[in-house]
Amino acid sequence: MITSAHTVLAALGVLLGVFTIAPGLIWLERRLLAVWQDRYGPNRVGPFGILQVVADMIKIFTKEDWVPPFADKPVFIIAPTIIMLSTLMSFAVVPVGPNIGVIDMNIGLLFFLAMSSMGAYSVVLAGWASNNKYSLLGGMRGASQMISYEVFMGLSLLGVVLMNGSFNLREIVLAQEGMWNVIPQFFGFLIFLLAGLAESHRLPLDVPEAESEIIAGFHSEYSGMKFGMFFVGEYIGVTLVSAMIATLFFGGWLGPWFPPIVWMLIKTFAFICLFILLRASLPRPRYDQLLSYGWKVMLPLAILNLMVTGAIVVATTG
Amino acid sequence: MSEQATIEKQLDRQFGDAILTHQSTKDDVPTLWVEKARAKEVLAHLKNDIDQPYKMLYDLTALDERDREHRDGQPDSQFTVLYHLISFDRNSDVRIKVPLDDKYPHLDSITDVWPASNWYEREVYDMFGVNFDGHPNMRRLLMPKTWEGHPLRKEHPARATEMGQFELPDWKHDREQQAYEFKPEEWGMKRQTEDADFMFLNLGPQHPGTHGVLRMILQLDGEQLVDSVPDVGYHHRGAEKMGERQSWHTYIPYTDRIDYLGGVMNNFPYVLTVEKMLGIEVPDRAKVIRIMMAELFRIASHLVWYGTFAQDVGALSPVFYMFNDRERILKIVEAVCGDRMHPNWFRIGGVAQDLPEGWEKMVQDFVDYMPKRLKEYDSLVMKNKIFQARTVDIGAYDTEEAIEWGITGPGLRATGLEWDWRKKRPYGGYDQFEFDIPTATNGDSYDRGVVRVEEIRQSLRIIQQCIDNMPSGDYKSDHPQATPPRKEQTMQDIETLINHFVNVTWGPRVPAGEAIVSVEASKGVNGYYLVSDDSTRSYRTRIRVPSFPHIQMVPLISRGHTVADLLAILGSVDFVLADLDR
Repeated sequence: MITSAHTVLAALGVLLGVFTIAPGLIWLERRLLAVWQDRYGPNRVGPFGILQVVADMIKIFTKEDWVPPFADKPVFIIAPTIIMLSTLMSFAVVPVGPNIGVIDMNIGLLFFLAMSSMGAYSVVLAGWASNNKYSLLGGMRGASQMISYEVFMGLSLLGVVLMNGSFNLREIVLAQEGMWNVIPQFFGFLIFLLAGLAESHRLPLDVPEAESEIIAGFHSEYSGMKFGMFFVGEYIGVTLVSAMIATLFFGGWLGPWFPPIVWMLIKTFAFICLFILLRASLPRPRYDQLLSYGWKVMLPLAILNLMVTGAIVVATTG
Repeated sequence: MSEQATIEKQLDRQFGDAILTHQSTKDDVPTLWVEKARAKEVLAHLKNDIDQPYKMLYDLTALDERDREHRDGQPDSQFTVLYHLISFDRNSDVRIKVPLDDKYPHLDSITDVWPASNWYEREVYDMFGVNFDGHPNMRRLLMPKTWEGHPLRKEHPARATEMGQFELPDWKHDREQQAYEFKPEEWGMKRQTEDADFMFLNLGPQHPGTHGVLRMILQLDGEQLVDSVPDVGYHHRGAEKMGERQSWHTYIPYTDRIDYLGGVMNNFPYVLTVEKMLGIEVPDRAKVIRIMMAELFRIASHLVWYGTFAQDVGALSPVFYMFNDRERILKIVEAVCGDRMHPNWFRIGGVAQDLPEGWEKMVQDFVDYMPKRLKEYDSLVMKNKIFQARTVDIGAYDTEEAIEWGITGPGLRATGLEWDWRKKRPYGGYDQFEFDIPTATNGDSYDRGVVRVEEIRQSLRIIQQCIDNMPSGDYKSDHPQATPPRKEQTMQDIETLINHFVNVTWGPRVPAGEAIVSVEASKGVNGYYLVSDDSTRSYRTRIRVPSFPHIQMVPLISRGHTVADLLAILGSVDFVLADLDR
């Protein structure tokens, strides 16, 4: 009983945390972009405009819940829930602190990869169900991008698994006490960073929704809360990828002086800011360039990284 | 001169009777009236058969001559179709006029001689009801398909109030809706190949990447562009028609709104043409003020292009920096002209007012500030590897194609041809300035960018020379026709009082004649071809704009690329829809 109550509490805590952080990111991103782009950003609602999020959410919740008459209704409604569900489920395995986390799963990493693959369905189904040519193009781009980048996303993490000898995220964190994984697995880190960027399809890798080309891509037809789910889902995705980078490569909650959860938050936010900075500074490659870069450069690099790591692990332990 | 005399003689010898007469114009462009039946032959000869040929179809338009009173020596004609050709080898022009004596006349199309004449002929059909036989797509270009009448004909009303009340009953609404439907067969497009169906994607007129109300219908195979059809005219406001009911002076503000990013750059060719027709010599100070303001606007326009181009390719931030810098220019413009985007600043015979106190510091501060920023933008945009991957070898064409299709400005120089109207045919005092003509070699999207960025630097150089050498003296000519007339003397003697009174109430009366003056505007060459019938209004105002031929060429250079590339190409071409549609 005690354990299940603890689990429920932890789940609620993490859920609450994620639901506070993700919309907060909308504000953070807009303010940070504004700083980098020599302008003010939202600064009217509440101190520093921080209540902008509340205003946005009220607006999104009270908008008409509209489904285009030409859309495939059930699929159109299901699509945005998938991205929310799959990213939120992934948070179940993220170890926030030594004793904090929803579930301690021995295949945690695989669970994360499986859930992030689910995210692709959201994009494809939304693009298809909208019955709009721009959405279709966006959905097609999304599908091919996420599927290609998933391949080496998984491969880039296998180096970490080999070194730490576990799929359990908690054990991976503990194994980094001597040295963060980012040092031996630097290439793995770079590849995962890029794959994570592609998985959350944000600028510069936002080809499924490239605004200047295909309006808003797969979610062109969405409005109100259904759009809100894509919108917040994207930020949850960013938080998730940042938390995973912190966990897998930067020692998770490990760190001196502060309580573990503070370290986890600091590291996660550092990567969130990096994602926002990337968005502010880079143009968007073309869709076929992105794919050929993925298959021709990143995939061989990931495999090479895996092989070298494997060889070293075998040599040192063997 | 001798060059021009020889081509006239040559044509006389070759075509004999077909050449009806020679007309002298205020702009000294050799103007020949050619018989309708042999016009196409003469044009093809000028393009293909002579040494140093006239390769560029610079303009093609028409005139409704039915209300014109002063036509001394010109052959009878109800509608005159006019071809303006340019030879880059000779650096000289020729104008061919074809008289048509019919209410709804027909003429042979020259689309097989110049493919670029396609849109021009459609425009003439749309505006005048002149039919071109043999044209592949003789349909309206700028006006809605459902429009009745041809706006630039003299009997067509110019104001909405002359047209009866507007109503939109259901049947009319349905008809308008149906008119927008795209039927690929009408454009000779197939809906499918043996193994695949094409997707027809309607891009615009409301689209975040088209910089205005441009509509393009794309024929797609996957994401690959098989072909595309631009549908223009959504920004058509009848600027040319308005010219026929405004006085010469009150038309100036309308020119501001043609290329709305160019500001005074639009006033420039217009006032130069009117001054040429009136024979007004502008004082030096006015010349330098004009050049300084025009170059400031060139930078402002290029900055908008720079930012939006980067944004089209997906870079989010540059546009904010560049609009910020543009704001600094607009502050100067505001201080000098009192207005920002539509300064309405040049006047017939000079400029509206003298420069305000402290202008040197404002302009100097900007000239000192800008080069550092440009360097930053280079590393942010032009040197960015992703940006290069998106733009190099995308939408390329060579010099020959550029001339064939009437491309001018940075788009022409990006192919390696060192040709700038400011250097080759100096106007308004540009011969007194030192600057280089930037060129590039490949003529692709990236190179068009390279040329424009370098042009910003050259413009800064020109502005610096303006600051250093601003002559003293008058800001407006004391020619009696300068408008509005200077007021200092008005209360001193009756002659100048009368002049002032007449010129303020009626505006100047321009003697019968015609002329075109073209300037190197920010997007290409912009020219005003004006015809006066010895009146206080223009008889015909023709605005030759750069965006028109540039957009006409887009389907050609984007074939085989992807949708994303099309947007990069559109960004690199730098057009303004108001400039295209007028």
